[in-house]
Amino acid sequence: MSHSHRAALQFLFPSFLFVLVFTLFPIVESFRLSFYRLILTLPWLGQKFVGWENYRDLLTDPVALHSLLTTLMFVAVTTPLEVLFGLGMALVLSESFRGRGYLRAIVLVPWAIPTVVSSQMWRFIFNDRYGLFNFFLFGDDTSRYLAPLADLSLAPIAIIVAEIWKTSSFAFLIILAGLQAIPTDLYEAASMDGATVWQKFRYVTLPLLKPALLLALLFRTIDALRVFDLVFVMTQGGPADATNVLQFYGYKKSFAEGMIGYGSAISVVVFFLSLLLSLIYIRSMGSRMLQTVEAR
Amino acid sequence: MKRKTFFLFSSIAIGCFSLLPFLWFVLTSWKTPSEIEAIPPQIIPSFYWGFYRSALEQYGLLRYMGNSVIVAGATTLFTIAIGSLAAYALARFRLSWTRFYLMLLLAISMFPQIAVAGPVWRILNYLNWLNSYHGVIAAYITLSLPMGIWIMTTFFKELPYEVEEAALVDGCTRLQVLWKVVLPLAAPGLFTAAILIFIHAWNEFFFALLILTNPTLQTLPVGIALFPGEYTMPWGEIAAASTMATLPLVFLTLLFQRRIVRGLSAGAVKG
Amino acid sequence: MAGLEVRGLSKSFGDTRILEEISFDVAEGEFCVLLGPSGCGKTTLLRLVAGLEAPSTGTISIGDKRIDPLPPRERDIAFVFQSYALYPHMNVFDNLAFSLRLRGFSKQEIQSKVTEAARLLELEAHLERKPQELSGGQRQRVAVGRAIVRRPKIFLFDEPLSNLDAALRAGMRIELAQLHRKLQATILYVTHDQAEAMTLGEKIMVLDKGKLQQMGNPSAIYHKPANTFVARFVGSPQMNLIEGKLDDKGIVFRAGESRIDLSGALSGHGADYAAKDLTVGIRPEDFHPTAPDGAWIRGEVEIVEDLGSDKFVHIRSGHAKLVARIAPDVGLNRGEILGLAAAPNRLHLFSNGKRINK
Repeated sequence: MSHSHRAALQFLFPSFLFVLVFTLFPIVESFRLSFYRLILTLPWLGQKFVGWENYRDLLTDPVALHSLLTTLMFVAVTTPLEVLFGLGMALVLSESFRGRGYLRAIVLVPWAIPTVVSSQMWRFIFNDRYGLFNFFLFGDDTSRYLAPLADLSLAPIAIIVAEIWKTSSFAFLIILAGLQAIPTDLYEAASMDGATVWQKFRYVTLPLLKPALLLALLFRTIDALRVFDLVFVMTQGGPADATNVLQFYGYKKSFAEGMIGYGSAISVVVFFLSLLLSLIYIRSMGSRMLQTVEAR
Repeated sequence: MKRKTFFLFSSIAIGCFSLLPFLWFVLTSWKTPSEIEAIPPQIIPSFYWGFYRSALEQYGLLRYMGNSVIVAGATTLFTIAIGSLAAYALARFRLSWTRFYLMLLLAISMFPQIAVAGPVWRILNYLNWLNSYHGVIAAYITLSLPMGIWIMTTFFKELPYEVEEAALVDGCTRLQVLWKVVLPLAAPGLFTAAILIFIHAWNEFFFALLILTNPTLQTLPVGIALFPGEYTMPWGEIAAASTMATLPLVFLTLLFQRRIVRGLSAGAVKG
Repeated sequence: MAGLEVRGLSKSFGDTRILEEISFDVAEGEFCVLLGPSGCGKTTLLRLVAGLEAPSTGTISIGDKRIDPLPPRERDIAFVFQSYALYPHMNVFDNLAFSLRLRGFSKQEIQSKVTEAARLLELEAHLERKPQELSGGQRQRVAVGRAIVRRPKIFLFDEPLSNLDAALRAGMRIELAQLHRKLQATILYVTHDQAEAMTLGEKIMVLDKGKLQQMGNPSAIYHKPANTFVARFVGSPQMNLIEGKLDDKGIVFRAGESRIDLSGALSGHGADYAAKDLTVGIRPEDFHPTAPDGAWIRGEVEIVEDLGSDKFVHIRSGHAKLVARIAPDVGLNRGEILGLAAAPNRLHLFSNGKRINK
């Protein structure tokens, strides 16, 4: 017994070293720094312990609160739509027809594209002078052309559109795997029992697909919480902080403004937000996933 | 008949949704400057290669690509090496704490990058690893390990354990079992994990942005995100660079669609 | 080569005890069969000897050397798996050569040892093939060849024939017996198939619920089962076990309407068991039909199974169901009343499940 413990330790050690140095230690360090005032642009202030001050400031920082709200809005709008799109695509692509393999590969294209590239692409489509978006809305009447990325209400929508386009295919992948796990004889049995297409979907597919839908929803939620690339490329958080999501705000405070202490406090809040969600996720799905891995 | 037309239409709709926006961007890269700004938009470009030339010559696209190849390639290699060791132990030693480790990996793969970004930057700064390949590669290995380990663990579990036991009785050490039996047998799984890790590392932006401030070392995503141009965006060059940055990935995806679908849903880990 | 010595071996998984205090020896060159129903712990016992599991308590030695602290590769043991566990990515030659390469044998030595093993097992024509291109019987031979090629101290076989079809199994059984004679190998062989155990084993150990039930040569196991489990498990059809009570004098055994005179079988010990519950075992082939009047057992014929060479009669006597083998030429019909008796020295007597007669 002790033999396998030792062997397991040796095999796991290299990976654990990376996890320790670049994940576990930094999280503890972020925690520690969040109780200090440390501003890189004002080095003469040094590193001063200030207790909960950074957190108190955070609570009264209107930009931070707005940023939290923006992030939550972003998550609340994108994730259900992505799962819905993913479900639709998975339902069509789980049927067998000619060219299904090609179509599946095409659906994966948005997933494979670097987010930075898809961000530039949507930025181009939302261009205020010759973007496709304007052309579809107003034709060649250039006088009515909008600048969506500079518009307070349109900019968040533009980000949301770009996000949904890019990541629906991930939801599709998870849901497709769930669909394929449903045994076909259940549908045959339902047919024998006289079920219509809709009844088969409602009483067979949907209940059995619930875990996969939940999984897709939670993965997407956790991922949408840390949206950064899109915002960095398309809007830089603007206009007037309309798209200033948490991860971008934290980045700006820590790295552009050098406010390490305050930035760390933001990091800690974001960390707990996603830890909460991942715990919910692991509690509801994790043990089931581990079982499927271990059952083999 | 009704059913058939429904599937035809929905298939076309899905295909257009997934492909057209990007195709539009790719077509843009072959347009002349006036075609880019044309209203109504000109769909078929005149296959003008000027933007590719200037992206390559003026903006140093080749250098960014080289950096991306080095960083993503090394990340893939090291993650597979370190991750396969861990995945083998997780697949074969079922101890209470190895189970916990698997859950820990899952949890940290969900952490937002900003939660660790500051201290990671400070560690790399302390080691003098900022603006270096090894600095960004070390960070990327950490990012890819959870996904890589989960996928490989799933694949290793599918191998018949008795073959490994036979090798143990035949005289292998655990490491030899991994090297001589498990890795050759799990080659398709390793390859799947490698593709996903490579795509992930190729596309990563946040840490590259923090760690690589020196333009000669920057990777493609950083290059494309920070494309210079204050007042007029050099859209032609951006489109050309984007096309060149994406084509290898689209190629990989089209070629290995089945493996990717299987790999991502096997571990059900975010890619 | 050397013998195997196991002392006080126990294994638990959590609260479940798989093996309890197992002790036995396998002499050098002996073919020892571990027989038991599925789930009795026999495969676990084999894996403990191989080093694939660690024992909870107890020692395992080969010759004078304790091997239980050693990893499998240092035990000098070969294991033939039920699933064969051939390396799918290597051809037959490489499968056979793998353990030799790990031990650093020279190319010529490997070549000659592999060729020899291949000749012995008639695999020479298939050395270049991959396992998935072989038939079940050929894979079985490769698995055996992988074990014999390096002449280990002990061979362990885990139900090696259970994946073969019946005809192939009978053939392989004979080949294994011949191989054992040729190699003079020390073998510990696990099976749940009593025919395999009886034909192959020089010594048989019967295992049930993690405990050793009986150890002995095939004849002893068959003719002197130590307890009712062994009595029931070995032999086909099963031994008839009749539960009843000895009278106050310790002579006549009563079970329902049946009366059996045990004075011969108990040979003077009858008084020890007077008025006690006993179980009397009689193998189907030991019954002989007699006139219903004055027979030990009277019963109504329910089914007659005619196998050509043998005829088995299933009869009901009171609540008991019994099977008797009768000569193929005896004609019997359903519903007939049949009387049965047996020679006193063919009776097996059990008290509290344990054998009491010699």
